[in-house]
Amino acid sequence: MSRRVKVDITVPNQTKYLGVIGRIGESMAYSLKGYRGNRRELAYHLNLVLTEALANAICHANNCDPDKDVRVLISASDQDLTIKVFDQGQGFDIDALAQHKAPKGAEGGRGIQIIFKLMDRVRYLQEGDQNVLEMTKYF
Amino acid sequence: MQLKMTEQGDIVSLTVEEERMDAHNSGDLKEQMLQLFDEGKCNLVIDLSAVRFIDSSGLGALVSGFKNASAREGNLKLCCLQPQVHSMFELTRLHRVFEIFANLDEALDSF
Repeated sequence: MSRRVKVDITVPNQTKYLGVIGRIGESMAYSLKGYRGNRRELAYHLNLVLTEALANAICHANNCDPDKDVRVLISASDQDLTIKVFDQGQGFDIDALAQHKAPKGAEGGRGIQIIFKLMDRVRYLQEGDQNVLEMTKYF
Repeated sequence: MQLKMTEQGDIVSLTVEEERMDAHNSGDLKEQMLQLFDEGKCNLVIDLSAVRFIDSSGLGALVSGFKNASAREGNLKLCCLQPQVHSMFELTRLHRVFEIFANLDEALDSF
């Protein structure tokens, strides 16, 4: 059984880091040994999921407070890839958000739904004094 | 966000000169469009040819522009979407909301 690859990054709670983290996810898509699907598509999807989850943590959970940090942990094996995004906010009801369908002309409310569409398992948990949005893709 | 603005008659085309449209820069496009609406310019084409990546914030900014243009009896149309950007409109079903054209000339001619 091969070892898991882990990337653990902490960035300031600022949206200018979205692109940096998103591109790390893209790069990982091209290095996954066990993945048999369309890597270009997976790269875009990992970039997107990371961007959505991180923007949610920065802008909503952490209230755009630039003095806070956001931690992202990406972990991959031959069978799966898991992304964890930690926040220091009040938490939210992810199931309610998942079930809420954005009206056709709504400006917002699509981020979490995009994550649910693209990942196989999505959970919002508490780990110590932080919340973590955990998203897994199985190969 | 780097934006290039061109006016042809009463149609304004805005070219997004960025590789990414996300929560970091989409507010700039929203503000620029609101400024145009305030000036009475309500027929817009957004040229996304340079955009390789768009997230829900980018889509939200375009929806905002579309709704504001429509409320003023104008229109907002899109052109030159890269395949992966187009796939985002399909994923979110927003391709049913926007008129999307292959190139700028077709978009301009459609008004």
